[in-house]
Amino acid sequence: MAEIAPEAEAYIRTDGQGISSLNLAVENLHCGGCVRRIEDTLAKKDAVTSARVNLTTRRLALHWQADQARAGDLLAAVSALGYRLVPFDPDLLANEAASEDRALLRAMAVAGFAAANVMLLSVAIWAGEASGDMGLALRDLLHWISALVALPAVAYAGRPFFRSALAALRQGMMNMDLPISLAVLLAAATSLFETINHGQHAYFDASVGLLFFLLIGRYLDRRARSRARSAAEQLLLLGAVAAQVVEASGMVRALPIGAVRAGMTVRVAPGDRVPVDGVVSFGQGEVDASLISGESEPCEIKVGDWLHAGTMNLSHPLQIEVASAGDDTLLAEIVRLTAAAEQGKAAYVRLADRAARIYAPAVHLLALGGFLGWWLLGGLAWQPALLIAVAVLIITCPCALGLAVPVVQVVASGLAMRRGVLVKAGDGFERLAEVDTLVFDKTGTLTHGRPELVNGDTIPAPVLAQAAGLAAGSRHPLCQALVRAAGPVPAQLQVQEHPGMGLQLDDMRLGNRDWCAVDEASPDDGNSELWFRQPDQAPVRFAFRDQLKADAVAVIGELQEAGWRIEIVSGDRAVVVEPLARQLKISNWRADCRPDQKVAYLRDLAATGCKVAMIGDGLNDAPALAAAHASLSPVRAADVAQAAADFVFQGETLAPVAMTLALARRVRRLILQNFSLALAYNLLAVPLALAGVVTPLFAAIAMSSSSLLVTLNALRLRGGRAS
Amino acid sequence: MTALLVLIPAALFLGLLGLAAFLWALRSGQFDDLDGAAERILYDDDETECGPNADPRR
Repeated sequence: MAEIAPEAEAYIRTDGQGISSLNLAVENLHCGGCVRRIEDTLAKKDAVTSARVNLTTRRLALHWQADQARAGDLLAAVSALGYRLVPFDPDLLANEAASEDRALLRAMAVAGFAAANVMLLSVAIWAGEASGDMGLALRDLLHWISALVALPAVAYAGRPFFRSALAALRQGMMNMDLPISLAVLLAAATSLFETINHGQHAYFDASVGLLFFLLIGRYLDRRARSRARSAAEQLLLLGAVAAQVVEASGMVRALPIGAVRAGMTVRVAPGDRVPVDGVVSFGQGEVDASLISGESEPCEIKVGDWLHAGTMNLSHPLQIEVASAGDDTLLAEIVRLTAAAEQGKAAYVRLADRAARIYAPAVHLLALGGFLGWWLLGGLAWQPALLIAVAVLIITCPCALGLAVPVVQVVASGLAMRRGVLVKAGDGFERLAEVDTLVFDKTGTLTHGRPELVNGDTIPAPVLAQAAGLAAGSRHPLCQALVRAAGPVPAQLQVQEHPGMGLQLDDMRLGNRDWCAVDEASPDDGNSELWFRQPDQAPVRFAFRDQLKADAVAVIGELQEAGWRIEIVSGDRAVVVEPLARQLKISNWRADCRPDQKVAYLRDLAATGCKVAMIGDGLNDAPALAAAHASLSPVRAADVAQAAADFVFQGETLAPVAMTLALARRVRRLILQNFSLALAYNLLAVPLALAGVVTPLFAAIAMSSSSLLVTLNALRLRGGRAS
Repeated sequence: MTALLVLIPAALFLGLLGLAAFLWALRSGQFDDLDGAAERILYDDDETECGPNADPRR
């Protein structure tokens, strides 16, 4: 791991009183114990004035006396505990969304306050009407007090709906917020009119109650989304490292990536990702380009070779002359491709909005018809006729519809989260439920994404142990695979590592075929190899291959049996992909696909009428993930891939994919059920409203019971079968 | 019925008090880290390394 100090310097702010502040994203933060450890460690330092870890957002806000300590010393203590800290600029994160969340919560609080108090007064009015001994003056007084509470509350808490309805109207469209706004405003206005004219019925309770229920739905919806958003932000944060720029004097200075220019020289420590596109100017070794190309094997690089941003340096420090940085790198290009593909997905219309497109005009026509019918044909004066129209609007108002989707969404997200799947897109379940074709990436998705020893059975145990002893000190993926296969062995400390060649201890050599002077031809079976030569013995070949995840065959088989069409699209070579596809009994596979080819292939599939879900982990998959109808990504995936995917699943298995697919179908069924419930309720209530028999009491009961019904129906998701 | 003149303002006042308390809590960041707050309560604040009240097991 690179030291944190030089990176952090670029993000420190110092105020007038000499207090420095720094915001950091904390990796590996799991529980309150972690919070405690980090805060205690920092609090023991005299210079620290405050250190606060936020467990929800996994961020640390640190303040200290600038003249008493250096950031590096403070952070080193936390790094030593095993937490990786990544500094970030809080201004870069969108705070707009957070303040919108709060505005919604405030509106909900105000609506809740008003609803409770107006309902209190309404109960008094209903009781008075029922007993028949309430004086007119008292009823007017109670109406006036209700108005006093309800009108300001409507004006304040209704704003989210009014704004959205206005915005839709300006674009010449109708959304769900239009009937809501109209119902609330008309109910409040006619109630005020009735109150002034000593009328019998006032719907203040209905109008604020409506707002309260709908705001709950809106807030739940919003919260599910912002949780997903903060997860995505976290990922992007962790990706944003500073570059170590080597200056002419030989000094190394940390610069934010945005400040790196072409022509500068950047140092990349082993284990770090290359932050820029450029040419290697010093050093040699091996890099892991799997994020970019999907190729599972490490490749060797030397001075003069071209490296792309996002490539992981595996073995030795490298210096790279920057050819392009920031917006011009391949990484940025992939991010752009991804963003472009996401725009296409924004065209998807959520079920609730589709329902609204039919619902809103129908409701308005009904209300208008009721008004005109009673006024012109029914012989009523215009005031009572208008009151009937308002009753229609209130009773049809999509209280249940407003809750139908968010509640199911929230319950399902919670369920998925407990099973290790993070739901990132609010409409992810809806889209996933429509999918009929699954396209898998290979490396890191179907496979572990790291090489494993395949011919361990044919090698004598002592030889394996001896070779593993040599390999134990190396960070090379093949060496680490060898050590994993051999089990715990004592590391040989005198081993010399020769970059790009192999390891040496006395007369024993472990490395590539030239290093071990092997003449024998090895089969081109797509495996990577290490050779081990002991003095006076024939060289031994260790073959490695990226292995399938443990349950891959079972899960793919199950999915195929359940009727999904399954394909593999990989950036790796055909010789690697083909046997794997055969093993999984997948007949449609493609190899050597570049990111744009993957996207093009998905487009072709979509053009034939398939709804495709993409499951992939690499940077090279990110555009395809965004372009697919729905997408899943394992938690070990590249940041950009996780940011692009609708779902992120944990674990080294594929079972969560099958689980998520099944859950998505249940979610869709429940949402449709809830819509049917709401529809049935409307079919029952609308005729009554049109007939003019809906009193404020009836409206209040109907509204609450329909909301309760859809909420309870959504909660059934928690019970039910696990699969 | 004159009781109403006291009871209604009293009810509204109590309601407003609750609303004000909630808005204050929101403003002062009580809802910023719900997960963390749930865990923090499990730890003692006055964890001194030594002193009369120190836990002998530590």
